Order: sequence, then structure tokens, then C-alpha cells
Amino acid sequence: MKMRTFLASSAIAIGLAASAQAASVPDGVTLADEQTYTFWLLDAIKSMDPQINTDVEGSDILRNLFEGLYNEDGDGNLTPGVALDHTLSDDGLTYTFNLRDDAKWSNGEPVTAQDFVYSWRRLADPATASEYAWYMELMQVENAAEIIAGEKPIEELGVKAIDDHTLEVKIITPLPYFPQMLVHGSTFPILQSVVEEYGDNWTQAGNLVGNGAYNLTEHQLGERVVMTKNDTYWDAENTVIDTLTALTINDNNQALTRYLAGELDRVQIPAGQYPRLKEEYPDQAISTPYNCSYIYMLNVGDKGPEALNDKRVRQAMAYAIDRDVIVDRILQGGQKPAYNWTHWAIADFERPQIPYADEMDQPQRIEAAKKLMEEAGYGADNPLTLRLQYNTSDDHKKIAIAASQMLKAIGVNAELDNYEWKIHTDRMQNQDFDMARYAWCGDYNEASTYLDLMTSYSGHNNGEWFNDQYDKIMKDSKTAEDPQPLYKEAEALLAEEMPIIPIYHYAKVDMINPAIKGLPQNNVQNTWYGKDLYRVATEE
Amino acid sequence: MLSYTLKRIAIAIPTLLVLIVVSFVLMHAAPGGPFTAERQLPPEVLANLNAKYGLDQPLWRQIVTYVWNIVSAFDFGPSFVYKDRTVNQIIAQGFPITLTYGLLSFAVAVIAGVSLGVVAAIRHNSAVDYAAVGVSIGAQVLPNFVMAPILVLVFTLWLGWLPGGGWQGPEYWIMPVIALSTSFMASIARITRSSMLEVLTSNHIRTARAKGLPERRVILRHALKPAMLPVISYLGPAFVAMITGSVVVDIYFSTGGIGKAFVDSALNRDYAVMMGVTILVGALTIAFNLVVDILYGWIDPKIRY
Repeated sequence: MKMRTFLASSAIAIGLAASAQAASVPDGVTLADEQTYTFWLLDAIKSMDPQINTDVEGSDILRNLFEGLYNEDGDGNLTPGVALDHTLSDDGLTYTFNLRDDAKWSNGEPVTAQDFVYSWRRLADPATASEYAWYMELMQVENAAEIIAGEKPIEELGVKAIDDHTLEVKIITPLPYFPQMLVHGSTFPILQSVVEEYGDNWTQAGNLVGNGAYNLTEHQLGERVVMTKNDTYWDAENTVIDTLTALTINDNNQALTRYLAGELDRVQIPAGQYPRLKEEYPDQAISTPYNCSYIYMLNVGDKGPEALNDKRVRQAMAYAIDRDVIVDRILQGGQKPAYNWTHWAIADFERPQIPYADEMDQPQRIEAAKKLMEEAGYGADNPLTLRLQYNTSDDHKKIAIAASQMLKAIGVNAELDNYEWKIHTDRMQNQDFDMARYAWCGDYNEASTYLDLMTSYSGHNNGEWFNDQYDKIMKDSKTAEDPQPLYKEAEALLAEEMPIIPIYHYAKVDMINPAIKGLPQNNVQNTWYGKDLYRVATEE
Repeated sequence: MLSYTLKRIAIAIPTLLVLIVVSFVLMHAAPGGPFTAERQLPPEVLANLNAKYGLDQPLWRQIVTYVWNIVSAFDFGPSFVYKDRTVNQIIAQGFPITLTYGLLSFAVAVIAGVSLGVVAAIRHNSAVDYAAVGVSIGAQVLPNFVMAPILVLVFTLWLGWLPGGGWQGPEYWIMPVIALSTSFMASIARITRSSMLEVLTSNHIRTARAKGLPERRVILRHALKPAMLPVISYLGPAFVAMITGSVVVDIYFSTGGIGKAFVDSALNRDYAVMMGVTILVGALTIAFNLVVDILYGWIDPKIRY
């Protein structure tokens, strides 16, 4: 097998300088005496076990307690983590990672390739019953699917320790974005001996041994998580913040009050308050693109209403919704109107020309929509009635009310159906809906994290829009030298067929203490690391 | 009295069993499950999860196993959602917090409420009475989900006297106790007042006054005890409601208490936590109803069991 170096041939730049990823404090900056960072959690942390966690908030904690093969910088580029670099075989199926030899666990033991083998097997192991086991399948790791299904032993997973510092991973189809997927928390290593010693209690403060820049010192469920600097971390020398504290505050407005009282360094801005806060605190209210898209999914399957099988009806409905009103009048937080599925800020992604988005204004769209409805046989004497389902939330409700008013203009009667979250989800997954509110957050910074969902085989395509041409485009994109043209093609097909009505692309709208530096500004995943931060002194 | 108490305890066991079975069935009847997520799990992953948590068993067997684990090992199982914790651990962490602010709130509500009610009754139709009634009605109509944010705004943001939430020491207890006790205090004050007014017009009080007893002695010795009867029947359930937590207090003050955990468990379909807290609340309710009934007998000699 001929190896070539990844760094020489790949478009993904891996910065090798250690200073590029630790807190880089510019000269002349006076640091605060107390190096602390306190951030907000909406909910209690469900698990601190990398292979069990499923939440974004849990990931924010895990990234500080553990370190995977690669990290991300403030722009979403990969930087070395435990792996310094890797090589890829010519067939694109075998990755060989070169692990640093100074990586240590917080108990002083070295981090080895075997630790990754153990952890990845554990993720796929049916006995672990991880909800994120499918991530191993998504990564296309050899035999992952069979192991999860219990058809093969975990030892057959395509991951092998060549020696202590060389890790080999075999995947079944080439995946151009495979390295990006390694930033995800479920791929983080854990220490087998600790898990075996403490069993299910291994993630408790005092028991937990990690390889990240911080140690877990306190975890009061639903109250706070405290992490302190880990001196055994390979880059501890360049880690500035001593204590990371996460406070659980279940009410966003309450959290904002406590931010304003100085108890937090970062908090999400409740919907609708961004313009006011931006005016009052221009250096603190910050909106950055965030890797999620909000849509109305249409049920075109057997259980869906017949009218939605008509492409013209679906197009008309998509045209009728005035996204500017939703974004500018309801959300008001720097979100962007969506006319396509993939988030606009995804790396290298450029959406194709979409006629209804780029060539029409809203009155023209409504004209076109009315005409389409007429052609489809609907009108004043034959109105179309559909149910619009959403889960309990003030914002979803406001958007649904607005959308139903907009749809009324083209003769579609959207009756609102509000369900509690679990019921909403359950109904969608059983195709008990006409049109339903849905949001998807990308797992990594590449368009396929969105586009794959609409394939017939994704398992998440609840609207059951199955299209052979689309499936083919997405399959071809996996092996294409440059998948971007195919992604454009896929988006154009979605805009033409309209199985989903894109509404808006998310933004992360936060109040951030200006004394805190080093938080990512351009990372759609908002992947941040406590080790990259520092607190500057304020004149007081 | 002893045989009555024993009898009540004996009845409590089947009552709890019925509670367990009914809750269990209702819980499983609700659409969605603990592993229903926006991104639907592949069937093989879901199968592994169901097997791990015993959800692949028939419902009757799940109930039998569940009850058996409690009876034999006091094991309420692992949480389905907080996966690295057991229900016992979650309750062991959250319940002491809830108990702390609940007991304090109870004490505040009873002492302030009874005092206010008694004073209002004695000074019936005076300015003091109107003030007391005004305060208690005001306290009652101001819901704690309105009061909690106001408290934080005033004491944390404007005055900077108290931490806005969390559970790290006594200074964190003050606002939760105010928020939780106020409406209970108001109810207690109103019940005490009207009951006291009624007692003060009764024959034995007239007799006591006719004997020339000082007013202080009439009130404290002869009026207060009978006037407490309706208050005590209110206090039983109120006490349980306070010590088993308030979801509003937990949400607004981030206490980490059991009230929020209970509501979350229902929304998350965390069957194990939901059952654990239901049983805890059920057992406490049964226990304190018994305590109230026994107190009745002590306060009012006319009541015999």
C-alpha cells in the first residue's frame, strides 16, 4: 500500500505550531488575576461519558475533559489533538494516525492508540447501548454496522493500534470529510482501567480520568460543573484559564439577568431581545452563524395528504412563506432567511442559483404560488386544508402562526397542531403529520451533514420523499474528487422538488463578556476549548 | 391509637402498589419513549438500548422486576436519560436540597402565617386587620414564577446582595425560601384568621373571658389550639408539597432540587426517575396524612379513632 502524507496533498490545513491552538495572548495584553470562565447551560448535563453523551451542552464539557485525535480552531479548521497528523492510503480507505508521545491522562499514564481502540469499540458495542453508536456507522468504520447489530464481535471493528502511537482506521467508502468527524465527542478516548474500576460511576468528580486540558472537580447535577486546569495535559504550559464553571439555569431570561449581574461570562440572548441588547451593549451582544437549519418538512409518503404529492403544491407553499418577516420581525437575532437546506456558512458550500430565491421578490412569489395552486386544482372554491405541527415553544408558535397567515394568502388553510416534544417527534417518525416543524444541526462542518438526510436510506427522512436521482447524486459525492458541484446539484433538485420548506438558518446569539478572549468567531459548530481562552484585565 | 396507626400503615402498602402500577402503565401509554429523539435511532441501536433497560420485556414483567428490585435491594434502577446516574443517586443529591428549602419555607410560612392570621383576628376590622388581609391577598395573587424573577432582579442585579441562583451555601437559600413560602403563608394567614374569628365567638372563649382570664391567656391557651384544626388539615398536604419541591423554585434559582427533575423526567420519558420521584412523593403524602390525622386526635379530644 502506497502511503502519501495527508498534509502534502490535502486541502485541509493542519496547523502544526503548538502556539496556534493554545491560548495565544498577544504581547502587551494584561491578563486578569483570576483566570476563570463561567458559561451557561440550559439544562443539566445528561452524561459525561464521551460514548454516551448525545447533547451539544455535554459536548461543551467533554471537549475540556477529553481530547480526541483532532481539535478545531476558531475558524473551524482542524488542529492537532492527540494526533499530530495522518496518512491516507491511495484507495482512500485506510487512515494511519501519528499520535503525539507527550499526551497523558490526568493520572499520569500515557495516552496510547489502544485507548482509542478501546473507546471506539465501546461506542459500537451493543452492551454499551450508546445512542450515538450510529456515529461509528456514519464514519463508515469497517464492520461498525455489523457490530452494532450484534452480528460480529467488537474486535472486528476497523480500528487497530499498530503501536502505542500509531492508530490505523479502515473505512468502507472513501469519506473526504472523515478527519472533520474526529472532532466529535463520541470519538474521544477514555481510560479502560478507570471504567473497569468504577463501573457506571466512573464519570463522577474524583473518579473521572481524562486527557483534556481540564479535570472535573465538581458536578452538582442541574446546578453546576466545575473544571480546573489539568497539569498533566501536554499543552498545560500554554493553558491560561484556571477554572471553567458551567452554571445550569433553566430559564433563559433568568440567565440573562445573572449575566448582567456579572455571574456569567456568556449567555444566550432570549428570542427578540437581540436588537435592544445590541444597542445597549454593542461590544457584548454577538450574533454568529450556527450550524442548524429550520424547515417545515412535508409528508409526501403514503400516510401524507394527497395534495402534497403534487410538486406544484409544495412549491407554492414554499413560495408563499415570507422568510424576511420571520427573520426580521420574529427572531431578530441575525438569523438568515433560508431558501435551501444546507446552512449558508458551511465550509466551501455555495448554494446554486435558486429561481424563487434569486429571481423573484415576495409579491412575485405569491403570484407564482397562486398560479401553481390553480394549476394543481386548488382555489377559492376548492381550498386546501393541512395540519401544521410544531413542538411546544413560543418561537415555534409565533413562526407557525405567521406561516399559516402567509399560506392563507394562496388558499392553503394550515391548522396549527401543537404537541409536546416527545409526541411531536414520535408522530413525525411515524409519518403522522402533514407538515411539521423540523430542525437539523450539522454534526460536522461539511454540506453532506445536511444533504445526506434527504436520501431515501438516511433513516431521518420522515417526509418519505424518496428520489433515485437524489440518492445517486449523494452516493456519487462520496467518491468525487470535488463533491461541491454535486452538492449544488442536490440543492437544486431539492428546490425543484420541494420536499421540505426551508425557513431560516440559525445564528448563535449571545452576550459575551468582552474580557473573555479566544472564543471562536467563525466556527459554525461553535466548537470552543477552554484551553484557547484567556481573560484580560479590565480597568476598574 | 397504636392499632389505628398500624392499620393505616398496613393500608399504605397496597396504596403504594396501586400507585406504582397505575403510574407505570400510564407512563408507558404516553406516546414517545426515553430514546425518541429528533434524529431517529437506527433500529439496531434502539434494540440495544431497549435490551439494556429492559424495555423489550412485556409490561407486566417490567413492573414485577421493578417492584422486586425496590423491595429486595431498594434499587430504583438507572436513569434512562442521566445515563451515568442511578435514580437513587439523583434523589440522594436533589432531595436534601429540596428538603432544606422546603423545611425552611414551611417554618417561615407557618410562623408568619399564623402570627398574621391571629393578629388580624384579634384586631378584627382594624387597620391591622386590613393590612394583614391586604398583605396575604397580595402574596397569594403574586405567583412565584412572577416573584422569582423580580427577586433576582432586585437582590442580584440592582442591589447585588444575593447570588442569583445555585446551591452553595446559606446565602443561596434566602430567595428560594421567600419565593416558595409566600403564597403558603398567605393561605395559612387567611385560614387562621377566619378560624380564629369563629373560635373567638364560641362559648368556651366567652366562659374564659367571664372567668376574668387575661386576654393573652385566652388567645394562646384557649383559642389558638381549636383554631388550628383547619390550618393543620391544610398543612399536611402543604408540607409535602413544599418538601417535594417546586419546579418554579428549581428553574428560577437553579437549585438542582428534585422538583425540576420530576417535571423533566416526565418530559424526557425518563421512566425510572419519574417512578422514583412519584413513589417518594406518594409515600410522603401517605405518611404526612397519617401524621395530620394523629395530630387531630391530639388537638381535638372530641376526635377518637
